[in-house]
Order: sequence, then C-alpha cells, then structure tokens
Amino acid sequence: MYEAVIGLEVHVELLTRTKLFCRCSTQFGAPPNSQVCPVCLGLPGALPVLNGEAVDQALKAAAALNCRINRISTFARKHYFYPDQPKGYQITQTRPLAEGGRVDLGAFQVNIARLHLEEDAGKSIHTPECTLVDYNRSGIPLIEIVTEPCLRTPAQAREFLEHLRLIMEYAGISDCKMEEGSLRCDANISLRGPGGSTAVVEIKNLNSFRALERALAYEIRRQSRLLAQGKAVAAQTLRWDEAANRTVVMRSKEEAGGYRYLPEPDLPPLILDEAAIARACRLPELPLARKARFIGAYGLSEADAHILIGDRMLADWFEAAVAAGARPRQAANWVLGEVARLRKETRHLPFTPADLARLIDMTERGAVSVAGAKKVLAVLAERGGDPEQIVHSLGLAQVSDREQLAEVARQAVAENPDAVRDYRSGKDRALRFLLGKAMKLSRGRANPQLLRELVLQAIADAERL
Amino acid sequence: MNELKSLSLAELSELLAARKLSSVELTSYYLERSRKYQKDINGYITITEDLALATARRADELRTREELPPLAGIPVAVKDNIVARGAPTTCASRVLENYVSPFDAAVVEKLSLNPLLGKVNLDEFAMGADNKTSAFGPVRNPWDLQRVPGGSSGGSAAVVAAGCAPFSLGSDTGGSIRQPAAFCGVTGFKPTYGRVSRRGLVAFASSLDQIGPLARSIADCALVLQAICGHDPADATSARQEVPDFRACLQADVRGLRLGLPRENFACCDEEVAGAVEEAARQLELAGATVHWVSMPYRDEVVTAYLLIATAEAASNLARFDGVKYGYRGQGQTLDELYTSSRIFGATVRRRLMLGTFALSGEDCPACYEQGLRLGRAIARHLDSLFRQCDVLLLPTAPTVAFTLDGEQDPLASYYNDILTIPANLAGLPAVSVPCGLSSGLPVGMQLMAPRFREDLLLRVGHTWQCLTDWHQRWPREVN
Repeated sequence: MYEAVIGLEVHVELLTRTKLFCRCSTQFGAPPNSQVCPVCLGLPGALPVLNGEAVDQALKAAAALNCRINRISTFARKHYFYPDQPKGYQITQTRPLAEGGRVDLGAFQVNIARLHLEEDAGKSIHTPECTLVDYNRSGIPLIEIVTEPCLRTPAQAREFLEHLRLIMEYAGISDCKMEEGSLRCDANISLRGPGGSTAVVEIKNLNSFRALERALAYEIRRQSRLLAQGKAVAAQTLRWDEAANRTVVMRSKEEAGGYRYLPEPDLPPLILDEAAIARACRLPELPLARKARFIGAYGLSEADAHILIGDRMLADWFEAAVAAGARPRQAANWVLGEVARLRKETRHLPFTPADLARLIDMTERGAVSVAGAKKVLAVLAERGGDPEQIVHSLGLAQVSDREQLAEVARQAVAENPDAVRDYRSGKDRALRFLLGKAMKLSRGRANPQLLRELVLQAIADAERL
Repeated sequence: MNELKSLSLAELSELLAARKLSSVELTSYYLERSRKYQKDINGYITITEDLALATARRADELRTREELPPLAGIPVAVKDNIVARGAPTTCASRVLENYVSPFDAAVVEKLSLNPLLGKVNLDEFAMGADNKTSAFGPVRNPWDLQRVPGGSSGGSAAVVAAGCAPFSLGSDTGGSIRQPAAFCGVTGFKPTYGRVSRRGLVAFASSLDQIGPLARSIADCALVLQAICGHDPADATSARQEVPDFRACLQADVRGLRLGLPRENFACCDEEVAGAVEEAARQLELAGATVHWVSMPYRDEVVTAYLLIATAEAASNLARFDGVKYGYRGQGQTLDELYTSSRIFGATVRRRLMLGTFALSGEDCPACYEQGLRLGRAIARHLDSLFRQCDVLLLPTAPTVAFTLDGEQDPLASYYNDILTIPANLAGLPAVSVPCGLSSGLPVGMQLMAPRFREDLLLRVGHTWQCLTDWHQRWPREVN
C-alpha cells in the first residue's frame, strides 16, 4: 500500500597522507590531540590550504560513480556550534565537485545527486564527569555522497552501500571501515501512498550495514502504523538505537535549520583543468568489471565470483594463486573455503597464494590427499613454512607407488577372504570394507584412486588362483 | 640620541650596517620612549622588552659575521591582531586576554630580525575607527591627548607619530591603516589584497583584510613593503605576483601622471580637510602631473556593501571564540551556558556579530551577503573604469581631522566616516594616506589609490609629494 522512498547521505573518509587543509597526519588511532596544528585546531590567524591529494581522491570517487565533474566548484562555511567543531564552522562545498552520477547494480540503479569535499570534525568523548575532545580527526578529508531518493527497500539501501564500499576500496579512495568511522551513512526516508507522501525523516548513527537495513525496516513499520492510525509523520532527525532496536528522536527538523552558509573567503574556487579530470578518470578495475572477468576469463560461477569480489583481499588472493599456476576453479574453492575460514580464525595469513598454488598442485598430482592438504594449510596458517616440508614432516605424503600399493592391496585381499567372497556375490559394501582395510595398512597415506584400482586388481588376481 | 627618531629607515639602516649604531642601542632608545609615553598615549597592549632586546642582540651578533638585509635590526611595533610567538595576542579583547599564539604570522617571520617592541593597541578585533573599543583602554592621539588616534590601527599610528617606534604594522579592512595614519600625521600604506600574506592575522573580514606598514614616510614604507610582500603558499588568497623593487619606484617623479579627484569625495569633507587635499593636488600639478575631476557617485552603496560583507565574515570568523579551546572561558552547567558566558565581546563587536549573523540567516540568506559581494564588485568595476581615465585617484583619507575622545557617535553615522577608505578594500586596491597639512593644529591625510598591484604609482606620487613638502616630518608638540 505504501512505497518507501529512501535516499542516503554517505560520508567517506579519503585515504590521504595529510588532512584536507593542513599537513597533519591522518593516521587512525594516534594518542588524542597528537595530530593537530593551528589550522585544524582553528587557532586565530590560521588559514586553510587545500590538499591536492584529497582533490584527486574525490575526483576518482566522482569518476567511479559516473558523476559529471564540475570544472569550477566552491567552498563554503557551514556554521554550527559544537565543541568538536573548532572553528564554529565546517568547510564544505556549496557548488559541489561533482553531480549527476549513477551506480548500476543490475536489478536496480542508484542515481547520485552530488558528491562534494568537506572536512571532518573532531571527536567528543563523553565521560560521567566531563566531555573531552580529540581533534585528531578534525580536518580529515571526507567526501559526502548524496543519492537521489531512488531506493525503495531497506535491502536495496544495504546492497547499494555495500557496493559503494567496494567501489571505494577498489579505487583506493577509502578503507571504508565503518567501525573506525571512515564510512558513515545517514538515511532519509518517507512513505508514498495514494494520498501523497509523508514528511522526510532523517536517521543518523547507522554504524553498520545491518543497522542501516534494520533502521529503515523499523521506520517503514513505524510510519505505516502511524498512517494506518490516521496520524501524521513528523519531520524529524532520528538516531538509531542499536541496543534497543529502535529509532529515537534527536531533534525536530525546524530546530536544525540555519547553517548560515558563507562562501569561504579564505579559499578561492577550485578550478580543474582537463588534465586533472583525465587523470582522475584512469581508474583501476572496479568490482563489477572484475566479477565479469572472473566469470569470463576464469570460468567461475556467478555465485563464486560474486562472493570473491565482495572481499577484495580474497579476490586478490585468488588471482595471485591463479597467477602462481593454480587452476582457477580449484583456487576459487580453496580460497572461498579453507583460506577464508583460516583468515577468519587467525585474522592474518602467514602463507602466500604461491604456497596455496603448490598445495593445490600436490593434490592434483596425488602427492597429498585433499584432507592432508587441509591439515597442511592449517599448519601454514599457524606458523608458515614450506608446504612440501610440512607434508613430509606430518607424514602426509600420499603413496602413489604402484608396487608398494599393490602389495598392500594383495595383503588386504588375502587377509579378508570373507569380504572377497561377499564382494563376488554382489555386495558393494564389501569393497568399501576392503578398501578401508587396505588404506589402514598404508597408514592412511595411499592414493585412494590408485588403491581402489589395485584392490580390484588383487581381487581379480585372487579369483584366478 | 634624541634625533634618532627623526632618521629615516634608510638612514638607520646605513648606521647599523656601518656599525655606528647597534640594534641594541636603537631598540633600547625606542623601548625607553615607548615606556615614557605609554601612560599618556596607551599605544601598547604589551611592551615586549625582553623579546625585543633578544632579537636586537641576535641581529648585532649576526652582523659581525654577515651582511644583513636593509631593515634588519630596526625595531617594529606590531598590531595586536597579528600573532607572534612569545607575546600575547589579545586583539584588544577580554576574550583573548591571555592568549599566546604557538606560531608566528607570516609577516612576523619575514621580520624575524626586527626587534618586536610590543603589540600595539587597536579597536577590539579591529572593529572600529576610533580605538575606543579596546578592552585595554583607548589610545590617545599624540597631537592632542583628548582626541582619538583613529582606528582600528590606532596604536600602530600613535606609536609612530610619537616616535615610540620607527615603523609599525597594521591591518586595513575598511580604512584601518589609512584613517589612523591620517589622524596621527603618519604615512599608512594598504597594499593590494593578496600582496602580503594574511597568515597569522586574526581575521576580521577575510576578503577585505590586508596587512600593511605605518611609518614616517613613503620611502620608509617602500622599505617595509619590500620586506613583507610576496606570495605565501600557506595563504590561498595570497597573490602569485612578482614583487617589484619598491625602492627603485621612488626614482620616478609625477610628470605625465594623470591624477583623478573624485568630486563627491571632496564634497562630503570638512572644508579645511578638502581644501588641504585640493591644495596638495595643485602642487602635484605644478610638479608635472595632470589633474582632473572624476566621479565616484556612490555613498550608501559603499556602506551597505561593506556592512554586509564585513559583518557577515566577522560573525563567521569570530565563531571560533567559544571558550572551549583557548581564551576566556565562562561558567556554565550546560554547553549553551558555557558559550553564552564565554562570549564576552564589547558592545561594538556584539553589534557587528549580530548584524553579520542576521545577514547570513533566514529566508534571505545567503542573499544578503551575496548582494554585498555583488555591490562590492560593481564598485570595483566602476573604479576600474576610472583607472582608464586616470592613473591614480587622489582624495581625502577621512572627512574630518581626529575627533575628541568623549563624543558619543551614532554607529550608523560612524560607518559613513569610512566611505573614503572602504572602496579600496571592496576592490582590493592599494591605497596610502600621506600627511598633507594641518587643520586646527591636527594632521590632515591625503589618500592615493591605484589599480591592483600598482603600488609603484602610489610610491611615485607619494614620494614626490614628500620631497616637495615637510608635513610628514613634523612632530606633535606633546612628544617632542
């Protein structure tokens, strides 16, 4: 009955060595107020100087989102008082760096209204006694990406945001760590029905993809209920309360107005030449292109390719393993299975894609069983090393020696005449029993295919005797 | 040693270079005079004796080993809205009473071998034209202690006029260098916007503010300009413009130069003031310039543009003084109470912040500010057209001579006192005020204005004038 109309405002911290208007480091996690200077503290007499690296990063983002880049964009001051805002205003852009972008997600398309540069504020740390402010974050370059209200479901919003993160990661624009705040998202939502649209509500504090999806779903339920009761939806700014699983009113929209924008007199307009724009448009391969290549060039399934490109490190791993000689499908299976699992457990991988490629090669040669190879990988993950040596030291080397295994097969057949008889009378289970015995005699190291062949041979030989 | 104060910067430079005079001697001389007249004039907010002598010793010591730039070792007084390490920067406000900057302004860096005599008084945050709004008491005019020195660089002008400093730095947003220079009988030079880095100047109206020298002559100003002008990559509004040899510009006379006198700007002045400036124009005509009347038919437009731009930018620039990070901190249980109790600006600053906040707020925002900018650009275009008819505009610096300290002025009327100086700020033009006579025993200033980056023309006309006359060499009786 009602259709949700959703738009997102996404803030992305740009990967740059220094801040947007000064030369302070952008390193995350430094001691409080150790990466500050007169400019990012807003001391009297300090002046901003635009960081060209940030402009290049923002341009890359604009190009990656298929935006129209404005040759001239302007900076402005957005005023509000808060202790973590050291100047009493934030430097942002009124005429944005780029406009009119588009992200195609196959099933649906998202239009980007604008993309502009702005500086981050410091961070307030509230304690029971007082509030402390850390200005390390003050002046970190951000881009704000504003979508048109073209999303219709919470799932679409989530899918778009996840894809946006991938694009930013792939293009090297941002590390997009939501937990460190380098990717932040606010959502605007209203409901549209036969009687018109409800007022737009803004939701802040969406700290994870899950929070975004759940907050939107919650709002749709809440607003539908209000409409069903014949009540109006107030234009408000809400905050998502993760623990309570609900939205909470932050302020009414009316109070929020009046940022008193002032064209920034300390910064001339940003004028871009063709060369800068052309440079920005030279992007690395973006996620969707990579997915298509994984399917086309490596013959991966759509599902495998989708999962792989969604995790840039795994995708890189996969490609490196293939480059080291592994067959693509095997490599994909291993990377999506064991490698992903081990990384999750150990958080880092002390072995290389080349190690994996060698291991895969050993399984294909029959030098180690698949089960054995998994054990080797676990050892590699724990303490690194040489795959072949680990195979040997663990005694996992698979026996593929025909003579040796023929002997084992003969012994198993000779020691179990009953089973041989059962097999001959058509009981398949008896063969599995004999294979088990033979494997045991080889102490589990026999190449299973070869062993099966040789056991059958031994049974046939025994018959002739 | 009493005659030291009458020596030009070039003469002082020669004495220092020849080591007939040490920087320590010279600095001590000026420190002594500064202390002596401080009670009467109140030109300084802080006298930085130790800092000055340390720099003087360093300059003297360096000079034993190497040749130093011309200005080295000559002491300077700096307006207290320009930051310098090791000395407070108060902006004449209680809000910054104990604030010490951790960095030097670009101009202070450039004058690192010039002993800093002290930080001189001004109108609070440079907002005012009489120096009565300083939280540290008004500056008094050395020519008449019952009169104002002008403002906002009142301290900068008064200490030079009283021979307490050989030169000083001021800042000019709507006439703040030129008008006090006129009131105090010194030469005050506002360079082209972008000529001198604003880094370290506590911003009042960022698009209008410009630092410049106040000294005893055009020739002295040329030396100082040479030292402080030039592109600064750390100020994005700083001009990438070649700095000429300003001293060489003093060589040419005014023959063949066309001087334009804006009719309206004489009509609005006291008769004696207008008369003195017209007389100066006639003398320059005799010296070979051609003189003719032009028209600057705007008045309300000038004040309106200035008020909208200056107050809006000021409201923004002063938003940072919230008591959270530095400066005066009030008491309060809530954040709002903390802000309210910390923003203890004086009445003039409050009035302008409210005007500026209004100009940026509400339905018409940012239309108000943008209209101010548009008006300013229109005036700039008109001035450009005037510069096709003449090379230099010549007009009075202020409609009157220095007025008395006790008179209360209607704020709106006081804005109109600045209409002669504001156009140069709106258009970013270089302009200078030079002494050109006395009226009732008080100095009269003649203002010269040139196209952007044509400081050379101002130096030519101004220096010719000062070669013909001795108005700039007179001393007020009170300090002689």
